[in-house]
Amino acid sequence: MVATKPAARRSDLKSAMPARRSDFTSAKPARRSDFRSAMLFLIPAFIGFIAFFAWPTVRGVYLSFTEFNLLQPPEWIGFDNYVAIAGDPVFWNSLVVTSEYVLINIGVQTIAALVLAVLLQRFTRSMVVRGVVLLPYLIANVVVALVWFWLADYNLGLINSTLDAVGFDRVGFFGNEALAMPTIALINVWRHLGYTTLLIFAGLQAIPRDVYEAAEVDGAGEARTFFGITLPLLRPVLAFVLVITLVGAFQIFDTIAVTTGGGPVDATRAITYYIYERAFGRFDFGYASAMSVILMIILGAVALIQLRVLRANDSDLER
Amino acid sequence: MSILTRPRPEDLDGSSADDLALATDEGPRTTSRGARAAARAAASDEGFRTSSRRSRIFGGIALGVVVVGTLFPFWWMIRTAFSTNNAMFSDPLSLLPVEFTFGAFERVLGIATTSDALAEGGSGADINFGLYLLNSVIVCVLITVGQVVFSAAAAYAFGVLRWRGRDTVFAIFLVALLVPGIFTLLPNFILVKELGLLNTFIGIALPSIFMSPFVVFFLRQFFLGVNRSILEAAVIDGAGTWRIFYRIAAPLVAPQIVTIAILQFIFYWNDYLWPLLVGQSEDTKLLTVGLGIFKSQTPQGSPDWAGLMAGALLAAVPIFILVVIFGRRIVGSIQSSGVK
Repeated sequence: MVATKPAARRSDLKSAMPARRSDFTSAKPARRSDFRSAMLFLIPAFIGFIAFFAWPTVRGVYLSFTEFNLLQPPEWIGFDNYVAIAGDPVFWNSLVVTSEYVLINIGVQTIAALVLAVLLQRFTRSMVVRGVVLLPYLIANVVVALVWFWLADYNLGLINSTLDAVGFDRVGFFGNEALAMPTIALINVWRHLGYTTLLIFAGLQAIPRDVYEAAEVDGAGEARTFFGITLPLLRPVLAFVLVITLVGAFQIFDTIAVTTGGGPVDATRAITYYIYERAFGRFDFGYASAMSVILMIILGAVALIQLRVLRANDSDLER
Repeated sequence: MSILTRPRPEDLDGSSADDLALATDEGPRTTSRGARAAARAAASDEGFRTSSRRSRIFGGIALGVVVVGTLFPFWWMIRTAFSTNNAMFSDPLSLLPVEFTFGAFERVLGIATTSDALAEGGSGADINFGLYLLNSVIVCVLITVGQVVFSAAAAYAFGVLRWRGRDTVFAIFLVALLVPGIFTLLPNFILVKELGLLNTFIGIALPSIFMSPFVVFFLRQFFLGVNRSILEAAVIDGAGTWRIFYRIAAPLVAPQIVTIAILQFIFYWNDYLWPLLVGQSEDTKLLTVGLGIFKSQTPQGSPDWAGLMAGALLAAVPIFILVVIFGRRIVGSIQSSGVK
């Protein structure tokens, strides 16, 4: 047992560590298989995987073909839920408002993040600035939603009080059907901007300087350089950023839940919120599961199309 | 639940530029990649210096606007939390707290008397953020510790141990990354209900406590980079697998374990939908859930804004502290998740 070895032995081992850098040999010594220990190490993770990922996935698909209200056992009804969903105007509306949210949120956020990333890259290396910019992302959605709900309050909120003081009309940001979803989308731009910026910023850092020098020699201006070099070379990173932010955006829930609750009328009843309402407001678990299946298919398709269109895996940069 | 709205760190590729050599299993290549990355970083520093004076001023102003725009809402939160509700009516534009008071905090922590609370514009309803804060700490520590320990063990099995079918099993494991949170939500709720664990801390923690596919994926990359000869030496010394794991391999990737633990803690601290479904009783309510309910307690008329912001501040302050202490690490980790 190693316990009987002198302590010096371990410190020898430590000094033998070459600063954890890359000089380990990849030669595979003929060793007994670690199968049994591996299984032991994997027990908790297997439980988690099977009980809370694999099984729920199968069960979710199964439930989507049933009528289930939590009290009686699920009753198989074939495609009835899907047929009902196809004729449900609230469902279609939820897809429309979700798309509205995604378009505004991702559009504004990605462009703003690109600009901010370029600014960070060119003008500062301060860790503090990057930390500040990231801060909203680390704060709970609920907190962020409440702060902006207060800032945009019709009567007392800072924004409306300011508008009023300057002589403009007050705006019902959350009470107006046309404004509610854009408002929520912009709040989440505020929350996610720093996160998206940091990802793009890292992508910018990876573009080699000599490409820019060549452009400079050729007399390319700032704009030309940005659109001709920066953007194309950033494509793989942008694709990655877009996929994860889009998939996240489609699942918008928290902000809606604590501000508008789906209103006014159905203006902010996004798909996840509708699923939540159907399941926990009306105990329509089969119907809600069927909508979840549809949402999962949409998300999968969106991610696939994006990766295809943006050719995320092949960079224009020879590595 | 923020699983739904935020791009989860679970979905990110975790290889880190700082730890490139450690993060890949293609030994010799890493050196040149690392060197090139360093050269690029140096090169971009030059770019950073060559901007003209005018554009530097413009850049400074633009960044200043962003920083102020980011921090101002937080200041407004603080300003409101220390204000007296009724007084804010008369002075909605004041940048400083209006009639400074700790009343809002006393209200949300449940230490103000009902009459005091009503006098200051509170709802008078019983609200106990002190308890919710404690609940949040208990649940998040439970999840974070369980998830990181178990995921590290799994990552070790996938990254260091050698056994038949390892890569196939790992690939199957990664499929879990692709299932969106909303999809497993309903079945998991039903399962937790069937287990009789609604309104318990265990019920809230259960789906996350065994592992997170992302954490397994993230830590595996670092285990792959651990110098094998050290491990071999330990085997020759007769150390068992478990001993090698917790005395040698895990300490070697300790920085990454700490980083991911912080990120996961923040994530579960901010989570909303799942705890909203599973922890509805007073003694299992988490902070985010309490906040949502507190907000809806004054449906008509004017909500208790000062109280609401005081509660929101209680939820945000622990994160502020973590960011101040670990900011560099958090920024570095998120930044590196974008570049593969």
